[in-house]
Amino acid sequence: MDTKGILEIIQRNGKNHAGIIAILEEIQEECSYLPEEALRLVARETGRSLADIYGVATFYKAFSLKPKGRHCISACLGTACHVRGAQKIVEEFSQELGIKPGETTPDNEITFETVNCLGACALGPIVVSDGHYFANVTARKVGEILRDTREGTFDSDVSQEAHPFLIEVSCPRCGRSLMDSGTSLHGHPSILITASMNGKTGWARIPSLYGHFSRTHEHDFPADTIIQLSCPHCASSFQDGSRCVDCGAPLATMRLADNSGVFRICTRTGCDGHLLDIGRAEL
Amino acid sequence: MINITINGLAVSVENGSTILEAARFLGFPIPTLCHHEGLTPYGACRLCVVEIGEGPGARLVSSCTYPVEEGLKVRTASERVVRARRMIIELLLASCPQSKVIQDLASAHGVRTQRFKQEYEDCVLCGLCVRMCSEQMMAGAIGFRGRGEERSIGTPFDVQSEVCRFCGGCMHVCPACQLRCTYNQPEKAVCNACANLAPPCIEKEQYGDMMCYMNPCVACEIK
Repeated sequence: MDTKGILEIIQRNGKNHAGIIAILEEIQEECSYLPEEALRLVARETGRSLADIYGVATFYKAFSLKPKGRHCISACLGTACHVRGAQKIVEEFSQELGIKPGETTPDNEITFETVNCLGACALGPIVVSDGHYFANVTARKVGEILRDTREGTFDSDVSQEAHPFLIEVSCPRCGRSLMDSGTSLHGHPSILITASMNGKTGWARIPSLYGHFSRTHEHDFPADTIIQLSCPHCASSFQDGSRCVDCGAPLATMRLADNSGVFRICTRTGCDGHLLDIGRAEL
Repeated sequence: MINITINGLAVSVENGSTILEAARFLGFPIPTLCHHEGLTPYGACRLCVVEIGEGPGARLVSSCTYPVEEGLKVRTASERVVRARRMIIELLLASCPQSKVIQDLASAHGVRTQRFKQEYEDCVLCGLCVRMCSEQMMAGAIGFRGRGEERSIGTPFDVQSEVCRFCGGCMHVCPACQLRCTYNQPEKAVCNACANLAPPCIEKEQYGDMMCYMNPCVACEIK
């Protein structure tokens, strides 16, 4: 990340005392760690001493001053996980990777660290790898987790779990399918619809895996705005007057392809609100 | 003016002053370690503990950070206060037994032994040097780093600070400074101000003509 990007982050968060943590958080998000140069720049721009900034950066465990690996594995060592043998799992990881907790493998691939509680004690011992949770981990599963982490094969794992399932939708007006098998998201055909706002019209894509409703747009729409979602075939709007339970914005309604119900998503950018209403096929 | 009672004596003190200031003004001694006139109160060492309130509502507070309020009843040397203070001195002795300042405090309060695991730290984390550096010297060269057990004082990234002017102010206020001065190993010194320390007893060519601030020379005493 360059100087300009960091200056922008500082500008955005303001130069008051409270802004420092937000600034450091954003820099860490961009660079995956806090480089010395960035801290010096923050100190200079905010007019605080480097000692102050360094104090904040070293106080919070969320900040790291050392570069992290491409993948990050955290093993929980909280009380509940500990009594279920988390220490053995930590040792197994250390042995497999050849590093101590808190270190990064020499090839900069994997950072392994321990955390004190992930708040999901009933699932312990827990290991989190790149945001993917592994519950009831045993020392035998360690090799598997490492392989998944290196190869990034979590996404295909999701479909094997019981909760997510695939949905197939069609336009409630013209009845034509909205599925696009040409572009897959999370390993499955995506839902392709039209999104427009202020005269700008482009495609929008949603994964068909229920639970994954991060919408991608052709155009960059500003956050927190209502966009019009419509059918790419007959151009009729999906909005039917229903409201999002999370934010109150209008919902876009599509029909499930087997006519067993409707599927609704929130039209506000940044809202993940969605609803699957099975047994309401009359449209 | 605010009316308070200190050790049974009804007095009126200036609005906005702390209990410590009021007590000292009236001649009641309260020992301190991390307090320094001209630096903001920090309340780190807890030596200045006093008891406020009465009966079951009485509680211990650090007098250096507690502003006086109307009708406040303060006891600066009750049994509870003395007991707490002796405990604090024992804990200080457990971490930093070499400090002359702490030894003197222990002696003055009749603490002869301490019952904790003996350590030999060179810092009690009182923050005097940090405040001195930023508030009086306007430098901000040193600060607290880390947290919990790993908390320490030093320069960012453990390299010599660009803003340090080698004023020696941090060493001047340090209650544990006897060790902070690393005498002939300037690279181990906390702010590298010790590089300035050139006791006459060490070969001249190593330090050039830098001046020694310590009087009497600590390095000579360590030797």
